[in-house]
Amino acid sequence: MYRYIVKRILLVIPTLVGAAALVFLLMRLIPGDICVVRLGSGGGTFDARAVATCHAQLGLDSPVFLQFVDFVWGFFRGDFGTSMWSGKPVAHEIAARFPISLEICIMAVVISNIIAIPLGTISALKQDRPIDFVIRTISIAGLATPSFWLGILLILAILDISQAVFGTPWMPPIDYVPIWQDPLRNLSMAIWPALTVGYRTSAVTMRMTRSAMLEVLREDYIRTARAKGLIEKVIVNRHALKNALLPVVTLIGIEAAFLMGGLVVTEQVFNLNGIGRLFVQSVQNQDYTMTQALVMLVVAVFVLTNTVVDLIYAWLDPRIRYT
Amino acid sequence: MTIAASPSDVLTAVVDDVPEGHRSLLQRALIFCRRQPLGTFGLVLVVVMAVAGLGAEWIAPYSPTANDFSVMTEPPSWAHWLGTDQFGRDLLSRIIYGARTALIVGFSCAIIASVGGMVLGVGSAYFGGRLDLYLQAVLDVVMAFPLIIMALAVVAIFGTGVHNVIVAITIPLIPRCARVLRSSALSIREVPYIDAARACGFGHRRIILRHMVPNVMAPFLILLTAFVGQAILAEASLSYLGLGVQEPVPAWGLMLQGGAEEYASTAPWIAIFPGLAIALTVFGFSLFGDALRDALDPKMRDR
Repeated sequence: MYRYIVKRILLVIPTLVGAAALVFLLMRLIPGDICVVRLGSGGGTFDARAVATCHAQLGLDSPVFLQFVDFVWGFFRGDFGTSMWSGKPVAHEIAARFPISLEICIMAVVISNIIAIPLGTISALKQDRPIDFVIRTISIAGLATPSFWLGILLILAILDISQAVFGTPWMPPIDYVPIWQDPLRNLSMAIWPALTVGYRTSAVTMRMTRSAMLEVLREDYIRTARAKGLIEKVIVNRHALKNALLPVVTLIGIEAAFLMGGLVVTEQVFNLNGIGRLFVQSVQNQDYTMTQALVMLVVAVFVLTNTVVDLIYAWLDPRIRYT
Repeated sequence: MTIAASPSDVLTAVVDDVPEGHRSLLQRALIFCRRQPLGTFGLVLVVVMAVAGLGAEWIAPYSPTANDFSVMTEPPSWAHWLGTDQFGRDLLSRIIYGARTALIVGFSCAIIASVGGMVLGVGSAYFGGRLDLYLQAVLDVVMAFPLIIMALAVVAIFGTGVHNVIVAITIPLIPRCARVLRSSALSIREVPYIDAARACGFGHRRIILRHMVPNVMAPFLILLTAFVGQAILAEASLSYLGLGVQEPVPAWGLMLQGGAEEYASTAPWIAIFPGLAIALTVFGFSLFGDALRDALDPKMRDR
């Protein structure tokens, strides 16, 4: 077990260094000089001194290898440089927008599992019956529906329903209040994007739960349980579901990717100042330091989530260690 | 014994009588339709979208870019079936032309990514050794980037527009295809007929093209179909964010960006129809892809 843990954790290092190298390289692939592109994008004029100052600020005047070491070292210290757009430290900007995105992520995971696990189980238990077709269609539709459209429809529904019920249209608040200060206001803002992203994510989990459940239901020990005369509820809950949910755990890693992709667009729809919106803005504003830091951050979170998921899986399922 | 057989029963009987190896393409297609009703429904959606995209000039009642300020934000009517947007443009015509953009981006990304993935995956599996090791390490790193994040990073570098969007979506799809095809190709490499081909003195090119590639065609086609849907969705997301296809090119994601939210309560059709077009198309590709997987790869059934 310890050998597996150490090996799995050590594997993170080359992946992260590789990802850092890729991000670093990508940002140097920008055609022309970053500073010239950036300074010239407003249409105004600029002199060579401004370009030189910009180069010095970004550390572009030192050798490429040193720049890379600086980039990686800065990342470990939490120092991502200053934003080329606002001039404020990147870490500061990210920290200010992190809580709202994290809260939506957590809520979305909870919502997605609440939807997915019961529906996936029912779908497997009633395989090829009408209800199975309905659930599978819901699941594929979830994958096919763009999250921003779902968000727009949700806003539309909120407006119409509130108009009909209260007489005046109501919109969810857009400024972030921590949950411990005003839970009601906080939840009335975060629940909508969480629902939007959660439904999409649940589609993946639902399919996985269904197929894992189908496999487990054909196992010998389920037949034994039936032969013993156990009631169906106990067989499903205690024997089948427990084992079927094991592979579903590994999905949390994939969900993480879905959530991040979902947040990027959903925060835009609901006008929320989270990490996803910051990312889109930094791309629009050609803020390369910010884009670089955010891509790296997202990849790091994604890689670490997958590592933790693998470790949890190994802990839950002892067979995995020997493979 | 005078029970009249319905036409579909006769068809089924005729089709079933033909031995597996001698079926024509049409017969195979008929069998697919009968066994995969959901997949057939998906195929119909895909075909409708393809016809709209290819024949947009003949089908669309108006020009997608023509403004008519006398009919701004008009609800659906006989003159404008799906209504008009805030600039008086006919929504149906824009959706029909948008199908073309989605089709171009979807198929370009899917074909380039899956062919690229096949070259890398099959090559990596066939030659093995260090090449395989290094290539897998690089692909693993690229896989660490969620699709939309990678696409946005590429857009940040090369800028927006149809061509750049295709590049941006293709890059993250390549390793996803390479990984799947590599594992399929690895198992084929161990099969005796590959050894036999080598013993006959065939070159690498002949073994790869004639013996390995045809055997990874099933996962290749399944991935290709799945990628078209994913690429259309990714393009719509990028365009919605203002970082994909740019005006005046009609694109579904773009239609939702331009004021769909502002007019949500007064002209909901502006927000509803383009999104429905995206969802139905991607839904069609998913259903068809799932059915194709069941038909081509019996081992993966029920998954």
